[in-house]
Amino acid sequence: MFTLLRNAALCSLWPKIAMSTINRRALTMTTKLLKNTLDEKASYPGATESYFTTEMKFIQSIAPIPTYRVMDLHGKVIDPTQEPQVSKEFAVKIYKDMITLNIMDFILYEAQRQGRISFYMTNYGEEAYIGSAAALDSQDVIYGQYRESGVLLYRGFTLDNFMNQCYSNENDIGKGRQMPIHYGSKELNFQTISSPVATQLPQASGAAYALKRSGKKNCIMCYFGEGAASEGDFHSALNVAATMKCPVIFFCRNNGFAISTPTLEQYKGDGIASRGIGYGIDTIRVDGNDVWAVYNATKAARQLSVEEHRPVLLESMTYRVSHHSTSDDSFAYRSKKEVEYWKQLDNPIVRFRKWLEDKNWWSEHEENSFRTSIRKEVLNAFSKAEKLLKPSITDLFNDVYDHPPQNIIDQRQKLKTLIERYPENYPLKNFKNEGKDL
Amino acid sequence: MQTSRLYSLIFRYFNKTYYKPKFGNLNIHKNYFHTTRATNEAPKTAPPAEGFMTEVAQSKFVKSTREEALNNPELEETNVAQGETKKMNMFQSINDAMRIALDTDDTAVIFGEDIAFGGVFRCTMGLAEMFGKDRVFNTPLTEQGIAGFGIGMAAMGHTAIAEIQFADYIFPAFDQIVNEAAKYRYRSGGIFDVGGLTVRSPCSAVGHGGHYHSQTPEGYFTHTPGLKIVMPRSPIQAKGLLLASIRDRNPVIFFEPKILYRSAVEQVPIDDYELPLSKAEILKTGKDVTIVGYGSQIYILEKAIQIAEKNIPGLSCELIDLRTILPWDVDMVAKSVNKTGRLVISHEAPQTSGFSAEISTSIMERCFLRLEAPIQRVCGWDTPFPLVFEKFYVPDAIRCYDAIKEVVEY
Repeated sequence: MFTLLRNAALCSLWPKIAMSTINRRALTMTTKLLKNTLDEKASYPGATESYFTTEMKFIQSIAPIPTYRVMDLHGKVIDPTQEPQVSKEFAVKIYKDMITLNIMDFILYEAQRQGRISFYMTNYGEEAYIGSAAALDSQDVIYGQYRESGVLLYRGFTLDNFMNQCYSNENDIGKGRQMPIHYGSKELNFQTISSPVATQLPQASGAAYALKRSGKKNCIMCYFGEGAASEGDFHSALNVAATMKCPVIFFCRNNGFAISTPTLEQYKGDGIASRGIGYGIDTIRVDGNDVWAVYNATKAARQLSVEEHRPVLLESMTYRVSHHSTSDDSFAYRSKKEVEYWKQLDNPIVRFRKWLEDKNWWSEHEENSFRTSIRKEVLNAFSKAEKLLKPSITDLFNDVYDHPPQNIIDQRQKLKTLIERYPENYPLKNFKNEGKDL
Repeated sequence: MQTSRLYSLIFRYFNKTYYKPKFGNLNIHKNYFHTTRATNEAPKTAPPAEGFMTEVAQSKFVKSTREEALNNPELEETNVAQGETKKMNMFQSINDAMRIALDTDDTAVIFGEDIAFGGVFRCTMGLAEMFGKDRVFNTPLTEQGIAGFGIGMAAMGHTAIAEIQFADYIFPAFDQIVNEAAKYRYRSGGIFDVGGLTVRSPCSAVGHGGHYHSQTPEGYFTHTPGLKIVMPRSPIQAKGLLLASIRDRNPVIFFEPKILYRSAVEQVPIDDYELPLSKAEILKTGKDVTIVGYGSQIYILEKAIQIAEKNIPGLSCELIDLRTILPWDVDMVAKSVNKTGRLVISHEAPQTSGFSAEISTSIMERCFLRLEAPIQRVCGWDTPFPLVFEKFYVPDAIRCYDAIKEVVEY
């Protein structure tokens, strides 16, 4: 009788699998790790699904989680049922954004080398994550880490927006207060990036809970790297999201490195994905250089989140071709050869281009003319942003609180006096109003 | 007893796993869960677990009649001036404030460790039953998670009232509070904010709290632009200041001196009212010495003033409750010191880099020509908060009296 009940219980725990033409989600579970279970259920409140066993066995590992893939290295779809049914326009838009991001990265990286902006971080090798942005609804709210500019690009953040932020000029949405690449946009539902890693994770859980309460059919998308997943905030976020049933997708970009630290020194388990299961979270690992694998998995994850209020962990396997940032020379800790291998043999842009060309949706000619025109656009935005003044110096003191308290008003006044007394000491000409509106 | 508990456990999980609950195991369930409540409420003779402060019972600042309670210029501007009052201790008035907050704002939620059954200090008693489990709920035991979760909710425009069980345990959430909540509006250029976030936390000495149930960590947070820090001294203050904190459009940390939860009892207006933030209150006017404090230290200072005014004939002390510690009401304190020429500041937290250092420097800057004696700080010693030595550690009435004497006789 107990066996019957147990089977019934296990089945009832599994929701019916929604089959779709684009994606078939299959739930798997590592069952019966211990064969020798007695039929008596362990009734301790801490683990209600457990059964007693007489076999003393430590669990060392579970089978490695497979990496879901749609296309092979040559852009060929392996299982035709997994190919997403999308329009040419939709696919080309993703591809164009990948190219644009690549060109923008190149130009801004060089600008930093020339000392024209203070800092930059490129997205080389990870451009396929744009597939995840394409699988979301525009009202889904995004929390990023810092290497997700492509998501903003896909949503419509303009080249001017990017350049203004990196140049900290008067048109920067963030009023020049944060380092370059710390983007944010209210219209595009992209919460402003901050430098402390993983802090956005528990925030994403809370934001998801708020969305759920407000009855919106939306979820939160939260990006982070595999290094960030070692922070305590990762643990608290996944645990809270699971217990509070928050509609949030945790999207881990596992690119093999956290600055110089390889994953071998980051964790000992089966990547980040294996942890999701421990939190009771639906988990999937995907080929992060395969746009359609990322797209399909995100789309299915979104459905789980929005319709069933289940958090999802998605681990996207990729390789950080870029240096960590402009303050880092990655050849100090890895070989050029290794990087070249990934650049040449498994490049998400090349893979996707082959798929497009096989469909006759893209050609050499289109490639060349798009690259030329977008390069021109990026350079235009770049020089436009460079010429603009920095924001008004008053913005140093605003937005600390909703209304400035007296101490901040007094300190603003103090700076005004100082500027009047020692104008030659400050780069006033670069700033809007030259400090006169303080 | 043991058998019935075991049965209730098995029955509960059996039920949960195999059936939709159709029939009533509710009583068993309730009994199992609320044995803690029964033990909390039953013994009337034993002292309450969170200690007791005799000074409060004798305080002239505690309003024990409706007339006294409503005789307050700050309340006259609100709609409670003609209303009713009810006898409440501080945990009840905090509970009442949160009930009103949930009632008047559909997006408001309360969460933290063990708050669903009423909280370890009873502050959230009855709220889960009244407003539902989706609005008043337990979180896993993770302070950084609680703070981060609250920030996320507030970023979506909702009202998040988070509880950290003891102020001593707020440090795991330090990064979320200092790097995230405090800077959220500034770093986004004002497009996002977490103004709907309030973090409540019991603080200060309790008689036997040792290292980790006694701390007053306001000093760490007052060094963080973007935050507001509030500490009430009584039930009336707690309700009005908490409602103001919850509705303020900035992240607020609301520290509740836990020794006052049951010790401080007042007639509290039953209606919805707010008391202003960043505004100190003169509790007693005087002309010779200005004395500044906040939280439960107010009652220690009241006693110290009584001793001083008795021992030093003709002495008159002015007592100011800061109430909001950041941004603080420097104008009121400076105005008072310009009148008296002497200042004593007292708080329980350690002296070095404690908030009294900020107050004394600011007052020195503003009132240099009027000061007739060095400013005195009466604080906890620069040690961890000790268990058996608590009486020697806290800045008690005698230490405060001695400081008053010092400035007067300088």
